[in-house]
Amino acid sequence: MGSAPVQMPSEHTVQAPSIAAPTTRAPERSRNLWRLRPYLKPHRWRLAVMFSTAMLGVGVSLAVPLVTRAIIDGPVTRRELSMLVPLALLALGLSISEVILVWMRRWAQSRTVSDLEATLRHDLYVRLQSLPMEFHTRWQSGQLLSRVTTDLSTIRRFMGFGLLFLVMNILQLAVVTVLLLQLYWPLGLVVLVAAVPIVMVSLKFEKKYLRISRKVQDQQGDLATRIEESALGFRVIKSFGRRPHVQGQFDDEATRLYDTEVEKVRLASRFWSFLGVIPNLTLVIVLLLGALAVGREAITLGTLVAFITLMLSLVWPVTSLGAILAMAQESMTAADRISEILDTHSVIKDGSEELTNPRGHLRFEHVGFRFSDDSTEVLHDINLDLTPGTTLALVGATGSGKTTLTALVPRLYDVTAGRITIDGHDIRDLSLVSLRTAVASAFDDPTLFSMSVRENLTLGRPDASEADVQQALEVAQAQFANDLPWGLETRVGEQGMSLSGGQRQRLALARAVLAKPAVLVLDDTLSALDVHTEALVEEALRNVLSETTGIVVAHRASTVMLADQVALLQNGTVTHVGTHHELLTTVPAYRHLLAAEEEEVHA
Amino acid sequence: MTTQTQQTPPEASEAKEDEQQPKEQKWRGVFEDDPDREVSRATSIRLKEDSRKLLGELLRPYQKLIWLLVVIVIVENGARLAVPYLVHLGIDNGIPPILAGKGSQELITIVIAVLASALLQAWARQLFLMRSGRLGQTILLGLRRRVFDHFQRLSPAFHDKFTSGRVISRLTSDVQVIDEMLANGFDGLVTALLTLVGTAIILLTLDVKLGLIALLSFPALMVLTAWFRKRSGAVYRQTREAVVLVIVHFVESMTGIRAVQAFRREPRNEEIFHGVNDRYRKANLEAFRLNAIFMPSIKGVGNITIVAILAYGGYQAYHGHVTVGVLTAFLLYLRQFFEPLQDISQFYNTFLSASAALEKLSGVLNETPDVPEPIKPAKPGPAHGHLELRNVRFEYVDGVPVLPGLQLDVPAGQTLALVGTTGAGKTTIAKLVARFYDPTSGHLLLDGVDLRDLAEDDLRERVVMVTQENFLFTGSVADNIRFGKPDATMEEVVEAAKVIGAHDFIMALPNGYETAVEKRGSRLSAGQRQLVAFARAFLANPAVLILDEATSSLDIPSERLIQRALKTILADRTAIVIAHRLSTVETADRVLVLEHGRIIEDGPPDHLITMDDGHYAGLHQAWEDSLA
Repeated sequence: MGSAPVQMPSEHTVQAPSIAAPTTRAPERSRNLWRLRPYLKPHRWRLAVMFSTAMLGVGVSLAVPLVTRAIIDGPVTRRELSMLVPLALLALGLSISEVILVWMRRWAQSRTVSDLEATLRHDLYVRLQSLPMEFHTRWQSGQLLSRVTTDLSTIRRFMGFGLLFLVMNILQLAVVTVLLLQLYWPLGLVVLVAAVPIVMVSLKFEKKYLRISRKVQDQQGDLATRIEESALGFRVIKSFGRRPHVQGQFDDEATRLYDTEVEKVRLASRFWSFLGVIPNLTLVIVLLLGALAVGREAITLGTLVAFITLMLSLVWPVTSLGAILAMAQESMTAADRISEILDTHSVIKDGSEELTNPRGHLRFEHVGFRFSDDSTEVLHDINLDLTPGTTLALVGATGSGKTTLTALVPRLYDVTAGRITIDGHDIRDLSLVSLRTAVASAFDDPTLFSMSVRENLTLGRPDASEADVQQALEVAQAQFANDLPWGLETRVGEQGMSLSGGQRQRLALARAVLAKPAVLVLDDTLSALDVHTEALVEEALRNVLSETTGIVVAHRASTVMLADQVALLQNGTVTHVGTHHELLTTVPAYRHLLAAEEEEVHA
Repeated sequence: MTTQTQQTPPEASEAKEDEQQPKEQKWRGVFEDDPDREVSRATSIRLKEDSRKLLGELLRPYQKLIWLLVVIVIVENGARLAVPYLVHLGIDNGIPPILAGKGSQELITIVIAVLASALLQAWARQLFLMRSGRLGQTILLGLRRRVFDHFQRLSPAFHDKFTSGRVISRLTSDVQVIDEMLANGFDGLVTALLTLVGTAIILLTLDVKLGLIALLSFPALMVLTAWFRKRSGAVYRQTREAVVLVIVHFVESMTGIRAVQAFRREPRNEEIFHGVNDRYRKANLEAFRLNAIFMPSIKGVGNITIVAILAYGGYQAYHGHVTVGVLTAFLLYLRQFFEPLQDISQFYNTFLSASAALEKLSGVLNETPDVPEPIKPAKPGPAHGHLELRNVRFEYVDGVPVLPGLQLDVPAGQTLALVGTTGAGKTTIAKLVARFYDPTSGHLLLDGVDLRDLAEDDLRERVVMVTQENFLFTGSVADNIRFGKPDATMEEVVEAAKVIGAHDFIMALPNGYETAVEKRGSRLSAGQRQLVAFARAFLANPAVLILDEATSSLDIPSERLIQRALKTILADRTAIVIAHRLSTVETADRVLVLEHGRIIEDGPPDHLITMDDGHYAGLHQAWEDSLA
């Protein structure tokens, strides 16, 4: 503490990683949605089909009322029966072509929207996988999940249906208004005037709705987090009998969501009924003035019927405008939320150099580390030199930074000062693939995926042979895996067989060993094993470690004995390096950490 | 035909279920015990009944409001359907007087009627949307609470089998689906049904012949919807199965991101994700294409009917059998008639999803806790912590006892250490004492009362278990300690942390006790998390404390601190300690060595050490050696 970290002159500018936390940012209107347009590009032909068939469809559907007028004015009023059959056939032809156009549009649309959604999801997944640990420690997986599911379907719905209907409806509104003006301009004018309040209210509604739908989404996310915790922390809740407490928290959160949802309902119900009433009020005026005009013989009866039919064909486009605008709003918020991920770039940049036949010479040169949101250094000025084949035990009090230090080697985090080299290469110059092939780790909280045991084991080396797998299982004392119901093909993880903590640790260890890395990092991997098994594992590990460079986080003397050298970590830096016995005899702090029993005996 | 949107099962697709099971990709491995999948026909019928029952239960408290809503929606639809009829009156009865020069009195009356129905409709619509929306949200809130509460009441054994992923999806996506149905589907369905029935009646009243021609379209519509229902059911199932795989793979990749990155798993993961994502895309595509056929077909039937009415109606009008006003009204009604029918295809999926979700939720709510609350809880006296196990037998799998019949008496205040290899039954004993499970036979008594007779609150006040799985909740460090005693003052929290020895590291955090523990405590080391868990248990102050491997991630100084603290903490309470570290075991008053669920050695540790060929003596020797 207190000592200023030494800044190494290095070709790397040490940048403070900036990783956006899940914050509620000011919505940027449609910009984030607009930037997704490249995803539509591969479908431009389908889009062209969609839009052209949509427009033709509008035209055809408008022609039908005009044919109706011809039938009423011709065969019925002017008693020209001969015209009835040709006109009816015309109407039939128009009707059928309308159906075909709709079918073509929808068929093209299906492919476009399903591709769009899948591609976006894929890209998000790839991006998320590449983002560093710093990002992932800050985002709940539930929050991320809602982005690749709910938000994506919202965008898909809008890009596929909403946007098209928005354009179509507006077009239909415009064309019909022109037609109406031509049929009888005073009535057309009435319809035109009626559009003004709709536009005004829609714009106002848009703003309010955006705010509230964002709020609903955020609160749903909060609630999901609560649910996640209640499921994952179930045993703790149970053993403390805290059900009422947790239920209370959940209730509060759910009620808050309820209030917002009701507010949203209130807003939407007003808007939608408003949109419904305007066309009807217009109809009242049209009927009155139109009938009077027919009375004055200013227009024919057929024209009035056509006028009313055409005008009523506007009801759906106008009322659905509300739903579509709401959809647009929701998809803009969804696009905002997705952009939060797309805008985050990995601060861990891939290098270009490759390690061929790594020997595993690992050096820490004045290494320092701090989290981007925290000014205090977790590690500073760490210097270590591990020649190929040596094993180093890291010893330090709880929270002294051992785990962080081990995470720096495979670049799960990047150093913020100094550098780490393998065989003389700065690890930041190496390609991540190359680096992470050379380095394998086993963590204290082992993660197994919902896949076969074999798939889980060969994570670091997909081409491992059966013999390699068996050997790794033996080293980790994990032969139990062969006795699972379907042997190594048994699915484990969340969706498969549940294994005990000790079993999972041993599989994770086997996984790391199987990778045959040049540098093996073991972070307190044996904590859940019983003494007997631990002794067997340590014996086997000794052989493995004799061939690779190893870093072992150790809490016990027995684990330390695996190492050639011990580094004592205190207050974020290495204070002593030596053999176990050297440190035991010369460093009181080390004795304090590892010789507990001795003290107990003498006390 | 009009009731098809009820949740009747798509019968034919049932038989096809088996062949539609996707072939599991090899990487997934094999695992059969999947509670979501193996649904026999009988179970599925029962589930449907249950979900109907659940729906009834959810709606029952709001019966009056629902009737009111029905009235409102009938009024609204009535007003809406009146408009074309009034237009017909306007044309047929309003115009002739004007043409005859008798003034526009008739017309004005009709126009006022149109105005009145327009306003009535708008008012009723707004009222309906508001009330039904709020009702939907109220039902949803009740459902959320109920399912959450039920999950919390179920036993850990259930949760082990059910897995947290499923718990989460029941409470999020399944509830969401029901939300969607309440928000959109209900309104749409009611409107479509009322329009259908109302229009048919009006058409027949207006003109029987034209009405019958219009009704000729019904058989075609019935065939179309029946076909759609059948196909849609199958496609829907595919979509659901595909989306589950996408979600599982996604969540696991993100929660296990450290392992993913450290082992360069990204390309393989991407490949797998591409596979499941593409399967989902294809299922979606099929669903969209189904709509792409269904919706234009309905429109086609509608268009042909309209043309038929136009032609035949025109002919009739020519002969003067039908007025132009009636013809106009017909054309307007038919338009209204077919439009909502197209929407049904959209609601149908919503209904399918919602009924599937409802089935799953009712399946959960039907689970009875296998560790039930006593019906008549005993009134326990003051807690001492005297534990008795009488002939306790326990089997996870029928016929394979983990504990064949255990006799054990732990006097109040004793610290008992359990030693033995993996599978000896140590953790099982701990879980039985914490009543995570009930014994297959035999009794566990606390201060003379059978655990099964203790109310949950009484039990949890007396018995607390700390495991190495020390989950931290979102919130500050202080919040997490306070979890042991929610009404604890800050002083008590600090005191607990001091006794455990966690105070120093907590003070070194950026905001001390108010530091937020990020995402399940990832900012803290495993040892620190365990210290917090200990402080939590200490604050809870139970009569019986169970420590199952609770010190395994601690470094030696922390463990020593804990051990010192334990001497104080355990002094006046009963404790069961399971530890691999003999240093922890040595501080116990009494050690039990277990093998295959039986006690093979029992006595104070310093006594057991001296036993020749003793199991414990052997372990102790090995441990001494490892320290050298």
